[in-house]
Amino acid sequence: MTPPATATPPRPADSDVRAIDSDVRSAVEARPADAKPRPAAPEFDRPAAPESDRRAAPDPARPVETEFVRPAAPRPARRGGLAQRLLGTKVADVLAGPHDVDHYLELLRPDWAVRKIRGEIVDVRHQNADSVTLTLRPTGTWPGFRAGQHVEIAVDVDGVRHRRCYSPSASAHPKSRNIELTVRRHPEGVVSRYLKEHAKVGMFVGLSVPQGEEFVLPETRPRRIVLISGGSGITPVLSMLRTLTDEGHRGEIVFLHYARSAADLLYAGDLHRIATRHPNVQLLRCFTRGDDGELTGRFGLDHLRRALPHDEDAAAFVCGPGGLVEAVRGLWAEEGLRTPLRFEHFAPPVLPDLDPDQLGTVTFTGSGVTAEADGSTLLEQAEQAGLSPTHGCRMGICLTCKCTLQDGKVRDTLNGEIHGTPGEEIRICVSAPVGDVALDL
Amino acid sequence: MSTPTAPAPAKNGTHVDVDDTFAVARSDKPLSPKAPDREAGPSKGDAKDTSAVPGPLHAVPHLSQDMLDAFGREMEAIRKKHVDDLGERDATYIRSVIKAQRRLEIAGRAMLEFAFLPPLWLGGVAALSASKIIDNMEIGHNVMHGQYDWMQDEELNGRTFEWDTACPADQWRHSHNYMHHTHTNIVGKDRDIGYGILRMSEDQPWEPYYLGNPVYATLLALLFEYGVAVHDLETEEIRYGKWDLQARLPMLKAIFDKVKGQALKDYVLFPALAGPFFPATLSANVAANIVRNVWTYSIIFCGHFPDGVEEFTEEETAGETRGGWYVRQLLGSANLTGGPFFHLMSGNLSFQIEHHLFPDIPAHRYAEISVEVKEACERYGLDYHAGPLPWQLFTVFRKIVRLSVPTGAELQDYVERPRTSRLVKTAAGAFRGARGAARGTVGVARGAVEGAVAGARGAVAANAA
Repeated sequence: MTPPATATPPRPADSDVRAIDSDVRSAVEARPADAKPRPAAPEFDRPAAPESDRRAAPDPARPVETEFVRPAAPRPARRGGLAQRLLGTKVADVLAGPHDVDHYLELLRPDWAVRKIRGEIVDVRHQNADSVTLTLRPTGTWPGFRAGQHVEIAVDVDGVRHRRCYSPSASAHPKSRNIELTVRRHPEGVVSRYLKEHAKVGMFVGLSVPQGEEFVLPETRPRRIVLISGGSGITPVLSMLRTLTDEGHRGEIVFLHYARSAADLLYAGDLHRIATRHPNVQLLRCFTRGDDGELTGRFGLDHLRRALPHDEDAAAFVCGPGGLVEAVRGLWAEEGLRTPLRFEHFAPPVLPDLDPDQLGTVTFTGSGVTAEADGSTLLEQAEQAGLSPTHGCRMGICLTCKCTLQDGKVRDTLNGEIHGTPGEEIRICVSAPVGDVALDL
Repeated sequence: MSTPTAPAPAKNGTHVDVDDTFAVARSDKPLSPKAPDREAGPSKGDAKDTSAVPGPLHAVPHLSQDMLDAFGREMEAIRKKHVDDLGERDATYIRSVIKAQRRLEIAGRAMLEFAFLPPLWLGGVAALSASKIIDNMEIGHNVMHGQYDWMQDEELNGRTFEWDTACPADQWRHSHNYMHHTHTNIVGKDRDIGYGILRMSEDQPWEPYYLGNPVYATLLALLFEYGVAVHDLETEEIRYGKWDLQARLPMLKAIFDKVKGQALKDYVLFPALAGPFFPATLSANVAANIVRNVWTYSIIFCGHFPDGVEEFTEEETAGETRGGWYVRQLLGSANLTGGPFFHLMSGNLSFQIEHHLFPDIPAHRYAEISVEVKEACERYGLDYHAGPLPWQLFTVFRKIVRLSVPTGAELQDYVERPRTSRLVKTAAGAFRGARGAARGTVGVARGAVEGAVAGARGAVAANAA
């Protein structure tokens, strides 16, 4: 997972990417191809409305457009019965201590939770051979999401808990209770393959709170909204489309989607239904290997003109593979469009080839100290740099010295194995840096 | 010896003394994984080949440094094999143990709400104590060694796990994972030898305090969780007038909070839920905690103290390599024999040898690992200590009783030892403590008197008005 380029909300403790013991095989893919990196900085000036403003009146700087202003109210958390509320009390905490109430609920009532968020799979749909669409019923702790946000789900594969981000594709409108995720199977994706092959009704997955503050519908809905997507990048913009139609948005919505062919098109039926029911929704399907859509070819000026004839009071969103996002951003800059464009894309995994003896720079981010690597362990390097990391045995058994690797790779001095995922906890007494390394110390 | 780096401040800033001693050992980086044996080429000769030069460890003079390192490499190979194989099997195992433990706990607590019925009292105590034993040993102890960190499950993370006992997990991670597992059975460094309370080794000089050895041992067994809780405080230093209360206050606070939480839960809230049957539930919860204490004490004392287990000196381990470390772990531990259920209930600490060789490999694998270790031990002519629990426990208690009484030589040594300074220090420490207590009492009394006087004055004034 890439570190967020912009401030993302603090992630709850239960979704932290935990360390894997450095000796143990590298279980977390460096940059999973089936996962979506956090959205990059958007080209959008208007800051996201603060939490408290969500239900508040529209931005005073803008003329009031009563028809189009519909603040997206976050869905109120589902209220549990008396039993569930009792479980959230302090007394219940003490009775369950030193564990938490959820520790026992998981055994007794997995669909209840006090702090953690879990989702029960209530429907599994295979739209095509490559993807699977899951409907999750979240526990009452799920706070609801804003269309365009993503959520981290945790599944156990071969004993190891993996976490991946996916964007819910269902409406974020309060009336829609469940979370819908479409997962595209990637040939090497541990999680996507597992879900495609093994997801069953009744299974539980762990959920994080929704994340991402940038790639979301503006609180004040503009007159025209252009949603551009490619492949499985359809999910967050579909959620926006469904949210807008659910709240009765009357402005024009253009849904421009790229797929290889009509057979590959996800949510074909749903899109068709929405377009026929809502005259303000214009559906532009474009198949790169076929001409049975409304458009043909790749994204270019002609497509843009169809989607956005007037460059005023509009907002545009693009989500898809890198090529599409770059093409859209490039054209936006070329044309000097004023319509704000927010984007999100899937990055392919980047695994640099590393020479195990390669030396680089070690950055101790907590203390702001950097040092040239000399081949010794990170603990020794830190001490040479004048730091005093907490440590114990200096031989990899007591785990006292574990700290978080933020970037780069390390070599396990006990067995020579090279590993390292951002966020992984490593034993610095038996880890030597390979190339550039950043350590939270 | 030169010390290349300044001794780093120890954890909590309270173990400076400990780190100082370690700095000596550290100066030549003997415990570093880059110790000589890693650079040495594979020198796998005939394991029985007795070198002319005696090896560094007095217990196994027939093993030269090279052979210690060769043994160490074999252990590393076993370790790698199992680490590479971690997966679904281990995850399923620990998750099913956790499930069983939760079921036992819920069933036990439910039964104990009706503890006034004798069969439910008995059944509840059995279920609850079994649940606590599994929570502390097979789950807590092993998870906190980081055995399941690779699962990436925040509930099974060795650095954040908390367990149902009086000892705060953080302090345990220091006293056990670091102090005990690094310095296993080095007299003067491994504070698990006697827990700072008992005399468990001939190398601990006798003093009259140790006449009470059997009594302390019995009390420790009954209150073991509290013994473990105060272990990291190094309270034995009180006897020598060296203990610094000020520095240990944060640790005391953590222990107090943990003990308070447990007492509130086991001795107030759950009994209160039983309403009029409060005493029955309370007595059952006390009983369950005591059963757990005695059981864990028995298993743990049989790990390092039975007859035949070796102890080491700081001198012979000063230049230790990783190979030497492995051999020391092997010779300093003893296994308990028994069936699969026994091993589960002992948290697989019945495989104490394998646990000390591979503390971060999931413990349920120790049974299979023990076959490989035993085979290697035979080839290297190393003793592999094992015995059934009752016999091992008997030898441990025999030792506790035997070491409470000095031999003639030990008595003579005690009489001749210059100990005035220690006596003075102890007396001074006792005096300081007594003075503090007296001041506190006087302060409280004065406060009370002043309060009473003020109250009386107020009353008089009110009357006058």
